[in-house]
Amino acid sequence: MHTQKRITPFVFLGPAVLVLALVGIYPLVFAAWVSLHDYLLSQPNAPHNLVWLSNYVTVIKDPLFWGAIGRTLVYLLIALPVEIVLGLAIAFMLRRGHWARLRGFARVMLVIPLAMTPVVTGLIGRLIFNSDFGVANWVQRSLTGNTVGIEWLGNPSMAFVTILLLEIWQWTPFAALIFLSGLTAVPVEVEEAATLETRSFWVMLRSIQLPFLMPALTAILILRTADVLKQFDMVYTLTGGGPGSSTELINLYITRIGLKGAFDQGVASAQAILMLVLTTVLSRLYIRYLYKGDNA
Amino acid sequence: MQRARVSSTVRTALHGAGLIVVVFCTLFPFLWMVSASLKTTNDITSKQPLFFNFSVTFDHYRTILGDQYNVGGSLINSLIVATSATLLAVVLGTPAAYALARFEFKRKDDLWFWFISNRFMSAVVILLPIYLLASRLKLIGNPGLLIAMHLTFSIPVVVWICTDQFRSIPRELDEAAMVDGASPLFIFWRIALPLALPGVVVSSILSFIFSWNELLFALFLTRGDGVTAPVRATSFLSGYDVPWGEIMATGTLIVLPVVIFSLLVSRHLVQGLTMGAIK
Repeated sequence: MHTQKRITPFVFLGPAVLVLALVGIYPLVFAAWVSLHDYLLSQPNAPHNLVWLSNYVTVIKDPLFWGAIGRTLVYLLIALPVEIVLGLAIAFMLRRGHWARLRGFARVMLVIPLAMTPVVTGLIGRLIFNSDFGVANWVQRSLTGNTVGIEWLGNPSMAFVTILLLEIWQWTPFAALIFLSGLTAVPVEVEEAATLETRSFWVMLRSIQLPFLMPALTAILILRTADVLKQFDMVYTLTGGGPGSSTELINLYITRIGLKGAFDQGVASAQAILMLVLTTVLSRLYIRYLYKGDNA
Repeated sequence: MQRARVSSTVRTALHGAGLIVVVFCTLFPFLWMVSASLKTTNDITSKQPLFFNFSVTFDHYRTILGDQYNVGGSLINSLIVATSATLLAVVLGTPAAYALARFEFKRKDDLWFWFISNRFMSAVVILLPIYLLASRLKLIGNPGLLIAMHLTFSIPVVVWICTDQFRSIPRELDEAAMVDGASPLFIFWRIALPLALPGVVVSSILSFIFSWNELLFALFLTRGDGVTAPVRATSFLSGYDVPWGEIMATGTLIVLPVVIFSLLVSRHLVQGLTMGAIK
């Protein structure tokens, strides 16, 4: 009985761990090896000389790499607060009051952006923000009376604004729905008792609702940070990283170096390993904090 | 009193207006895509946007489902990949989740963390080495390879959601069966798994959606007739004349199944997406 008990977990866990190690860990080890060698896809027959850390030095000295990292952080630092503020506002709108049917309908419809294939989001963005016939410019012309449209995708800073607009469109509902599930945990009696003391929205928010919103906020921060660092699909179809490199987030840059333009797998692997270190440190900190009561 | 009533009327009106704005902004891009897929190319590229007054055509759908674009084939590829990855993830992931929820063993927390951490890993990190290995082994374009790579996110999804689900089932049920001499495998298969079915369903749907929507692996690991629908959709962008109607029709066909799926599970979707961080 006892020996059987000790083996049982491994019978249950073995297959999943084995498969995930094969597709997840083995490639990482190989990437680490490649990152220490000369490895150009464009010269398949050239010897893969061991160059130690020279690929890492190349990456650290590469202003384009830091440019892409910086762009990704700017994208994160603008998108996250906007999504959190708008999401919280929408959650309060959905929570109670009149318009019960409309609230129910809105709540269900908010799921659509979450399910939307990011590739398709980017394609729709191309249509809506087209400088000739896009709806965005029709609205802009009607409101301002301008005859000239904005070059949403042709101008570097406007292109960055456009990818942010689509990011915010797609993921604000995520924040809203998570906040809403946090708010539903607030006990009604406590809130009713508090309304006898104060009518201020801000006082209610800070002293009654905030404790229930904190886990929701943490979850949004963690999951959106992870996904923004991974962002690829939507930007790839919307701008392809351009014009120039104005919307080239870190994943688009690494992909270009490793698999598209330069085919320099050695350097790209070094970049990927550095990204991995960054995300592992971040996620380790994050998860310890988020799930602290549970497992970790 | 009078003033209070007026201000509450105004607030109610603003609340309703706010909700309408939210619904409109949420739905507009989706509806705009569907309507563009039904318009003639002239109507799509009209300077004056046509909201309702256009004549409906199914030409774009006919074109993309024909041999030249073969979007139908790519949708079938996507279906095969997403279904296989999800099935494999459930078969491999549910026993692992059960073990993490029920058994005690050394370094269990580390193992759990390892499963979780895959959620945070960027696909690019794995894609580069896999691309090299697969090209050496002549595996690029093999659907099995893409399915295997999709397991890097679908197994973790199933493990997280189902671990939570198994934990919520009373231990006494397992223990009673164990006293009766049932084997752990029997208990898992006949007692725990049926009770965990809601979690299995939600995690399957999420895993399917993730796999169906995935671009990066598919873009570099599939070729020719084997490409998935998102890859096919990106391929229309090269060339001088952008076939807007065809692109929007393809987008509609890709998005519709996942939208319908997620509307069906909308109540569980959020919990699933937060990986149980919010109960």
